[in-house]
Amino acid sequence: MRDHGRETLAVLIGLAFLLALPFLAEAAGKGFYVTLFTRILIFGLAAVSLDLILGYGGMVSFGHAAFVGVGAYAVGILSWHVFDGSPLMTWPVTLEGTENAFVVWPLAMLMGGLFALVIGAISLRTTGISFIMITLAFAQMLFYLAIGLRKYGGEDGIALYNKSQLVPPIDLFDRTTFYYVCLGLLVAFLAVCRRLTRSRFGMAVQGARINERRMKALGFSPYRYKLTAFVISGAGAGLSGALLANAAEFVGPAYMSWQRSGELIVMVVLGGMGTLFGPVAGAAAFLLLEEWLADLTEHWQIILGPILLFVVVFARRGLWGWVAGQGREDR
Amino acid sequence: MLETRDLYKHFGGLVATDHVSLSIREGELHAVIGPNGAGKTTLIAQLAGELRPDGGAILFDGKDVTRTPVQRRAASGLARSFQITSVFPSFSALANVALAVQAHAGHSFRFWRRAAHDAALTGPARDALELVGLGSRAEVPAELLSHGEQRQLEIAMALATRPRMLLLDEPMAGMGPAEGASMVDLLRKLKGRYTILLIEHDMDAVFALADWITVLVHGAVIATGTPEEIRYDAEVRRAYLGEETV
Repeated sequence: MRDHGRETLAVLIGLAFLLALPFLAEAAGKGFYVTLFTRILIFGLAAVSLDLILGYGGMVSFGHAAFVGVGAYAVGILSWHVFDGSPLMTWPVTLEGTENAFVVWPLAMLMGGLFALVIGAISLRTTGISFIMITLAFAQMLFYLAIGLRKYGGEDGIALYNKSQLVPPIDLFDRTTFYYVCLGLLVAFLAVCRRLTRSRFGMAVQGARINERRMKALGFSPYRYKLTAFVISGAGAGLSGALLANAAEFVGPAYMSWQRSGELIVMVVLGGMGTLFGPVAGAAAFLLLEEWLADLTEHWQIILGPILLFVVVFARRGLWGWVAGQGREDR
Repeated sequence: MLETRDLYKHFGGLVATDHVSLSIREGELHAVIGPNGAGKTTLIAQLAGELRPDGGAILFDGKDVTRTPVQRRAASGLARSFQITSVFPSFSALANVALAVQAHAGHSFRFWRRAAHDAALTGPARDALELVGLGSRAEVPAELLSHGEQRQLEIAMALATRPRMLLLDEPMAGMGPAEGASMVDLLRKLKGRYTILLIEHDMDAVFALADWITVLVHGAVIATGTPEEIRYDAEVRRAYLGEETV
């Protein structure tokens, strides 16, 4: 069985480190690490949402970046209308643009979930390679759709004039504030996923990954549970997209590129599939390596490749397996 | 309770189920025997709904279920165990059975409460484990159970779905004599409480347990009757039993 004490300790140390990071970075005079770790938290959130379907549900979605992009565009488009002063739509009701985070962030999740519902409903009729290819195809469609959005910058995307607004004293332009907002959302999402994966719903989804035939013989209809997991995952990715738009103050089609989807898979595999916390570690490892190795050579992925290979070959449950102990699912 | 009419299935030129008509009465333990390749597992797969027959009909409780998908058939009380052990290896024995309970405890869109601490699932699951003799092994991951214990777990999972009928595909496959004996004891306990269709190679077990026996050779029924009738049926002896000597 997995060593629960060790895993709990690892989570607490990780959390303590992340809580202290802005102070450490400022004290060391390396404030840009706050920005870098904000990205890590945001990509960590996207990777955790992918782990929900990839690690727990066995659904190898190769189009997860699309949902991140959808969330980012939700923020970007509404913000653009505020800047432009034009309404988002005038029929059947008039909707104005907005930068209120309490509106646009849930909306980003909703849009991520909606797109996941449509894409998942079709893709989940297939399995294996076909599923990978269909999710990839849908993501590419959205990628080119975004390029086609002339009004919203097309290929050039949208530069955000303003960040999302929370309640007044909280100013997301302050990088430390924004960092803690991202950390809070990541922790909340992890807590929700933790409950989910251990609930009846989570058991049904995991059962469908391990032995779908047996699940049907027991009387389960796996499709509906897999689709629900896919939608929840899409909503999580949408939220990370909303944060990404705020972090970069920019939204563009590149967010949805298939390379991005691949990077998210790498983060999950590197960190440890089906571990929830692992993908956060995976995101950190990936983005830190990118940061450090890119100083050495622009072909930094030549170094990343062997590292990834090493981890996959020697650690069945990725980096998190090393940290929290190798082991099978709990229970 | 379960009836097939003129069931027919072929794979290319091979006829796997050759116009099989069976009738299994409520409360009966009905054994299907036959040499390897007689089409026994193919028959069970059609009854359970994993394979669609090419012709004929399957009636469960008088209702035509020929085209009903496997999960709907399972939900209506037709439970099966697999010849090749089919469990969730990384889950504990208890979690395996709890998942089977969950399958019949309404929908699983319950997102918050931890399933492992849900007495509505673990209570019946423990009962089923006790019944098959795995009570003391509840916390052990299924992959670490012995082969015989995994076979028992198979049965416990089928029972936990609170079925009205069991389709057991060679529950004693690969078991040693001692394990086999305890499985016979278990089946004897289940007999009468459930309607059972049993596919089994072990002739001693079949003749000890069955109320009714159907003999399948090359996909076709060559004889059906009480154990006594089958034991002395000339055609059965020639086609099948003679080869193995009972």
